[in-house]
Amino acid sequence: MMKKLIIGLFALLPTFAMAAGPSVPLLESNHDLTDNASLQRGAKLFMNYCLGCHQMQYQRYERTFRDIGIPVEIGQETLIFDGSKVGSHINNAIKIEDAATWFGAPPPDLTLVARVRGADWIYTYLKSFYVDESRPFGVNNSVFPSVGMPHVLQELQGVPTARFEEVEEHGVKVQKVVEITTDGSGEMSADEYDQAVRDLTNFMAYVGEPTRLKSEALGYKVLGFLVILFILAFFLKKEYWRDVH
Amino acid sequence: MAGKQDNASTGVVGNVINWIDDRIPMTRVWNMHIAQYPAPKNFNFWYLFGSLAILVLVNQILTGIWLTMSYVPSAEGAFASIEYIMRDVEYGWLLRYMHSTGASAFFVVVYLHMFRGMIYGSYQKPRELLWLFGMLIFLALMAEAFMGYLLPWGQMSFWGAQVIISLFGAIPVIGDDLTQWIRGDYVISGATLNRFFALHVIALPLVLVILVFLHIVALHEVGSNNPDGVEIKRKKGSVAEEDKPKFQFHEYYTNKKDIVDAIPFHPYYTVKDVLGVAGFLIFFCWVVFFAPEMGGFFLEAPNFEAANPLKTPEHIFPVWYFTPFYAILRAIPDKLMGVIAMGASIVLLALLPWLDRGKVRSIRYRSKWHKLNIAQFVVTFIILGWAGATPQTDLSTVLSRITTVTYFMFFVLLFVYSKNEQTKPLPERLTK
Repeated sequence: MMKKLIIGLFALLPTFAMAAGPSVPLLESNHDLTDNASLQRGAKLFMNYCLGCHQMQYQRYERTFRDIGIPVEIGQETLIFDGSKVGSHINNAIKIEDAATWFGAPPPDLTLVARVRGADWIYTYLKSFYVDESRPFGVNNSVFPSVGMPHVLQELQGVPTARFEEVEEHGVKVQKVVEITTDGSGEMSADEYDQAVRDLTNFMAYVGEPTRLKSEALGYKVLGFLVILFILAFFLKKEYWRDVH
Repeated sequence: MAGKQDNASTGVVGNVINWIDDRIPMTRVWNMHIAQYPAPKNFNFWYLFGSLAILVLVNQILTGIWLTMSYVPSAEGAFASIEYIMRDVEYGWLLRYMHSTGASAFFVVVYLHMFRGMIYGSYQKPRELLWLFGMLIFLALMAEAFMGYLLPWGQMSFWGAQVIISLFGAIPVIGDDLTQWIRGDYVISGATLNRFFALHVIALPLVLVILVFLHIVALHEVGSNNPDGVEIKRKKGSVAEEDKPKFQFHEYYTNKKDIVDAIPFHPYYTVKDVLGVAGFLIFFCWVVFFAPEMGGFFLEAPNFEAANPLKTPEHIFPVWYFTPFYAILRAIPDKLMGVIAMGASIVLLALLPWLDRGKVRSIRYRSKWHKLNIAQFVVTFIILGWAGATPQTDLSTVLSRITTVTYFMFFVLLFVYSKNEQTKPLPERLTK
């Protein structure tokens, strides 16, 4: 009764009782922002497999190339497919209205996805597609149920199949994905696919906050200075206060 | 630094100072309020947060000015302009993180500053106005933070503002019209964003700076309280010559009163504040450079997604510094009563000088009931803060109801026991 009342009164708020969250525990991405080779492989995967539908509309090619150690001319030749200038944002040519018709919703911009969802979420999501003929694109995702996008990386991973088990959740019996295996038809082994997904996650984590490493490098210097300032201020204060005590 | 004594400077610098002093009271103000201002000699750790609050205010104003240079205050451009600042503006990320971390740091230091006032009874006579100016600063700060939070135009900016503004709708009769008037539209829109921008960068900072000035004027007129809660200004002629401090204080203070156990604000507390500033900055810069999101407390993850009026986020929370009051609002199963309780929780704080009828200020010399009451208030405030930042469950609802009661009981109990409180004898002079 009380609960109903409260929910009713805060009709503007989403129902707090529905603390949904991902239904599967997230895997650790173990990505490494200092690993330029991984970031470069991730950028290549992104430009080849994601950019067709998803943009990174706030991030520019040139700064991306510079930050992850790709010479600008090489980046321009190998990673810019639509003839964009190197100073442009990482955009595609899809019209939002078209995309909304094709997928049910426009594919979200991915510049900040690592900050909205977290790197572990992306890593787990990309490993959680499985065949489900009831879905428009023939696949579903255990991290993002009824997902609107096809399994773009299927040619790398192979056809993934899920094994279900019946578990009880809040007193209700539900079918849960416990394991996803592939038929081995992909270009990559399971380990290679994990690494590819990790590289892609790493790249998105970098784009989410391209200044992270620069920030930490500067941070150590600033904190070093402040510790010295603190010590000097401590002795200065002690010296001055001698005539008070 | 200005000369030590009025109109006694020589040399070129001295001549310049004299020239200025003949036209505006530079040296006099410096001496009255800094170099010869008598401050109790026993200030402890808790007395650092006032100057730190000023530091954070300056940080917010300076970083805010530079952010404004690249920010676009429109529903179409706001979110993208923040990412432009984060990516394309030189050190834009640093300015933005200093500003966002500064907002939270402001509340950290202000809450600790207010708590200091509570435990040492700094609101008691004759410092009632000083306390009230402080409460007004707190109110203006909350409005400033709330409006600033809309500006990034992320999902939490939009929906947080939607929820908070809808609270005004609980007011009978005028509620709906009032919310529309505040928003300037039927929903949160670019019109709301524009007016919040104007208020955030001009109106409220101006109000804040004026209130801070008045706060300090009031402080210097009555003088600082201290951890013992014993006045350092005594009746003229009541203090023996050998008990007077060896320092020179401004005649504005010494002409009216005899002063004991005081030291000049400068250099003793300026040098101590430098130490405090360095210590504070170590924490502050650690957050800025290494953890600007502070685990989702300072920058909430949904706010990295642009505002979408058609998509409600799973959970809507205010930022951490509002959650104790938000929990009180949610604890009461009636929207209007909830809003009233939330307002009352702040009004009662402002009324502390009159609710506390005790004659002894400092917690050091007050009864164990007072100590227990303050302790339960701290626990209450922390639990409320937690409850307001948690999706509503049976546990958080029960806890927030209990702590809402204990929050208000703090004031009721204080009013009751402070009348005839068993206190310890006060020391004649300040203790160490």
